[in-house]
Amino acid sequence: MHEFDWSSIPGALPFLWDGMVISLQITATAVLVGIVWGTLLALMRLSSITPLSWLAAAYVNLFRAVPLVMVLLWFFLIVPSLLESLLGLPRGSDVRLASAITGFALFEAAYYSEIIRAGIQSVPKGQMAAASALGMTYGQSMRLVVLPQAFRNMVPLLLTQGIILFQDTSLVYVSALADFFGAAYKVGDRDGRLVELLLFAGAVYFVICFTASRIVRHYQNKLKVA
Amino acid sequence: MAYNWNWGVFLQPTATGDDTYLGWMFYGFKMTITLSLSAWLIALAIGAVVGVLRTVPNRWLSGFATAYVEVFRNIPLLVQLFLWYFVLPELLPVAWGDALKQTNPIVQQFLASMVCLALFTSARVAEQVRSGINSLPPGQKNAGLAMGFTLPQTYRFVLLPMAVRLIVPPLTSEFLNIFKNSAVCSTIGLLELAAEGRQLVDYTAQPYESFIAVTLAYLLINVVVMFGMRWVEAHVRVPGYIGGK
Repeated sequence: MHEFDWSSIPGALPFLWDGMVISLQITATAVLVGIVWGTLLALMRLSSITPLSWLAAAYVNLFRAVPLVMVLLWFFLIVPSLLESLLGLPRGSDVRLASAITGFALFEAAYYSEIIRAGIQSVPKGQMAAASALGMTYGQSMRLVVLPQAFRNMVPLLLTQGIILFQDTSLVYVSALADFFGAAYKVGDRDGRLVELLLFAGAVYFVICFTASRIVRHYQNKLKVA
Repeated sequence: MAYNWNWGVFLQPTATGDDTYLGWMFYGFKMTITLSLSAWLIALAIGAVVGVLRTVPNRWLSGFATAYVEVFRNIPLLVQLFLWYFVLPELLPVAWGDALKQTNPIVQQFLASMVCLALFTSARVAEQVRSGINSLPPGQKNAGLAMGFTLPQTYRFVLLPMAVRLIVPPLTSEFLNIFKNSAVCSTIGLLELAAEGRQLVDYTAQPYESFIAVTLAYLLINVVVMFGMRWVEAHVRVPGYIGGK
């Protein structure tokens, strides 16, 4: 049986905390970009302009068909050199991290756009008709009537997706970003205490995600009564 | 852009000389398929049992099932994979751990990946099974019990036959997910599709061709699964329900 030795964790806490901050930053960036870009994609997909809706459908289906690991590898290994040669950046300028985070956000936007599209479609058609009847343009009725209601209904789903996204951030491990998981792995590897550090990382993720999903559920129930 | 496209690279013999690069990709493709399908079968079996347990009146059983689902849903897949691969052999009794560590590394990687994907997915399948059972009108269960069926009989003859047909569409997306999630297993060195793609980049110095080919392979899997499941969905549809005949 393995002899547990947790002594390397207390000293490593500041380093692990830095990793957690990076994980949270990536999560926040991706949620923000995902919701904004996802809303645009959803509007494009629902628009009556065929090329736009076709383009959005292709984007969403492509990103949803490819594993996140592949997307991250694309944006970590291929896109930086492509950017270097296209923009004439000096060789070796480090765009890889920014590129990996961008790839992550673009990937998550595809999932957000599907949630948002369903949210927009769940708003009764009469709302749009009523807004048009009041003389609002398409943009005004979307912005002032449909989207506010859609987002109110979607909040729990968007938050749940945020929790999934937070779990997904651990995959930036493939791009050598020192997020929380990467930091835990590094410490474990350095001290020969991989077992303890991995168990610790699992426990931390569990506590965060479990608590967050409980809060979302509580909020969801409250919304239901209202 | 000064990039030399060379699609012929796939037909060249590999640096180790025993295969072509296309052969490597095909090996990875087979690995992804084998891994995902075997994990999927286990996930279906465990997920069905756990999903049913979540709906039974016994508080201990449903409590256990809830805990199972929460654990596997709230820990990232990558962390779970590392726990299975690096941590489990250390926590087993020494003799077992050593026996495991002495087996062929490919077998170790495959087993850890399969168990990890299977249990990770089983928690999601269980949630679909539960929501399928809960979506049935409560009268169905009451009627079954009133007819003198025991609780297991009610599940066997009344609830499950309906629930199974209702949850096929949501299971389709879980089935697609397991193929995509299998790419995570490249991180422990299992040579599946994504890992072969990475290896091809290193060996051939033709990154675009390699990654495009691997991405297309994933798209192909996706399309095949989607059409296959659409066929299944059409055959199990329940008349009178949304999407039914």
